[in-house]
Amino acid sequence: MSKIKNAFANGKAFIPFITCGDPDLETTAAAVRAAAENGADLIELGIPFSDPTAEGPVIQGANIRALKSGTTTDKIFDMVRELRKDVTVPMVFMTYANVVFSYGAERFLATCQKIGMDGLILPDLPFEEKNEFAPLCEAHDVDLVSLIAPTSKQRIAMIAREAKGFLYIVSSLGVTGVRNEIQTDLSSMVQSVRQNTELPCAIGFGISTPEQARKMSGISDGAIVGSAIIKLLEKYGKQAPKYIGEYVKSMKTAIVA
Amino acid sequence: MTKEPQNRGRFGIHGGQYIPETLMNAVIELEEAYHRCKEDPLFQRELETLLNDYAGRPSRLYFAEKMTKELGGAKIYLKREDLNHTGAHKINNVLGQALLAKKMGKTRLIAETGAGQHGVATATAAALMGMECVVFMGEEDTKRQALNVYRMKLLGAEVIPVKTGTATLKDAVSEAMREWTSRISDTHYCLGSVMGPHPFPTIVRDFQAVISREIKEQLREKEGCLPDAVIACVGGGSNAIGSFYHFIEDKEVALIGCEAAGRGIDSKETAATINTGSLGIFHGMKSYFCQDEYGQIAPVYSISAGLDYPGVGPEHAYLHDIGRAKYVPVTDDEAVDAFEYLARTEGIIPAIESAHAVAYAMKFAPTLAKENIIVVTLSGRGDKDCAAIARYRGEIIHE
Repeated sequence: MSKIKNAFANGKAFIPFITCGDPDLETTAAAVRAAAENGADLIELGIPFSDPTAEGPVIQGANIRALKSGTTTDKIFDMVRELRKDVTVPMVFMTYANVVFSYGAERFLATCQKIGMDGLILPDLPFEEKNEFAPLCEAHDVDLVSLIAPTSKQRIAMIAREAKGFLYIVSSLGVTGVRNEIQTDLSSMVQSVRQNTELPCAIGFGISTPEQARKMSGISDGAIVGSAIIKLLEKYGKQAPKYIGEYVKSMKTAIVA
Repeated sequence: MTKEPQNRGRFGIHGGQYIPETLMNAVIELEEAYHRCKEDPLFQRELETLLNDYAGRPSRLYFAEKMTKELGGAKIYLKREDLNHTGAHKINNVLGQALLAKKMGKTRLIAETGAGQHGVATATAAALMGMECVVFMGEEDTKRQALNVYRMKLLGAEVIPVKTGTATLKDAVSEAMREWTSRISDTHYCLGSVMGPHPFPTIVRDFQAVISREIKEQLREKEGCLPDAVIACVGGGSNAIGSFYHFIEDKEVALIGCEAAGRGIDSKETAATINTGSLGIFHGMKSYFCQDEYGQIAPVYSISAGLDYPGVGPEHAYLHDIGRAKYVPVTDDEAVDAFEYLARTEGIIPAIESAHAVAYAMKFAPTLAKENIIVVTLSGRGDKDCAAIARYRGEIIHE
């Protein structure tokens, strides 16, 4: 059974996203530990990509900083291997199709399994192309997480029925980034998902404040936060893990309250 | 004819739809609308009228007699896409897509541009059809191609300089894709080349295929035969696929795509994707890309802003795989020499992109016999490049 299910076993899940190698992998490892110790239920680890087309300026910046510091897929695997000696929280990779493809999908996923990664999110791999990696993910017990967008409409049923791990509900049109307001009718999206699967669903894109997280996890099973955490890394650099810990705690407290 | 690509736009193993879920319904709607329009005689008539009366088609097939004599080999014909309205082949595709977008009820066009030719063409079509237009252009390219930036603004478009990454064409494409995910309902992404997710490579190819259809007819009239070779430059590959398309089944016609080698395919400063790249997935498609061992897309380089792209359209990747077309590298130096040569010899100033095709023709023609015929597509005119080429030669001119 997938470990991702455990992430949703302690009430509503809080899911932080961290780009690996921003500003360096030591900081990433410390940030992961800080997040795990302060209540993160699932952690999304971004493998940087040179041209992240689904990201807004904040996470684009993190990708650039991470690549500049010499971060590679292999070094990230090493970091996870080290983390897994004591960190048990479920973790998934978030990256782009080319990162997996060029590494060799079989080799990439076999390594994921070996080092204890639980899932994979690829924003540029829609339902129609998922067979590129889905069979290999299945063979290596890595959940290939599907995304559902505000424009998905009649596609929700098809996507939800074949989903693995959890459903990533994209809150708004556009790219990742902090938003003041989220206007999509998310309740009806979540409802359509639930009519088609037992899997949990978490909402991401644009969430930064505890109030937003409470609201979003209120209508789903969890909240995913990326850009707000990356901003802490941007601001505090190597000192960021401490602030990330505090932030995760405030968010987790808000959503279980 | 090569048929419709099978399997959501696969050309062999290439192509596909590797895009965010947010855009899936948009590309599905686009494909449906395109098929309706393709079968609709009214749409086709409207498009033909625009192409003929507005864009000035058919473009000339010109026998370059002086060049032929000087080089002393095959007869050289130039397909003059540079004579189209707005000065390049880009208008063929843009008029088609703008009309299609209009039929879909879209009121806003967004586009990426490298050299600025596609941006100018899109801004032109938007002005003509009363649509809003936003063009994304790498900041580096807005400097290299300042004149085209001004033309776009003059035509009523907003030009957004893209500062991310290498600030060139690939970054402009990424930014246009990001913009499309944030505003879909009233906006059509008017992609400028035979790349990106299905159905774009097919749609753009079909709209550009008019080039090879005309070459075939015109050459039959002038020479009563097929050419021995068709030569065109390849960035994403739209003028090349347009020039090749109706000859793909004519196996005796050699199809030659000229890639921008920049400072050489042994250097890192190159954009010759098929010659130096490897298989990957980027910008919505599986194809060949310049990238490192971890799949990070390479910061490519060419003097030509229009060929300065790290990927190539999936149909070209396929034609390369099956050996039907050949892709050769042409350096900056060779292209600049050809740019100057054609100006001097035939009184035609080609776009620096097209000069890559001319450069290869200059090497290739002398190896053929006098009864052989080659067609070189001049995809665009070179006015936009004069300042940059002058700079390349160490001369500063004030536009």
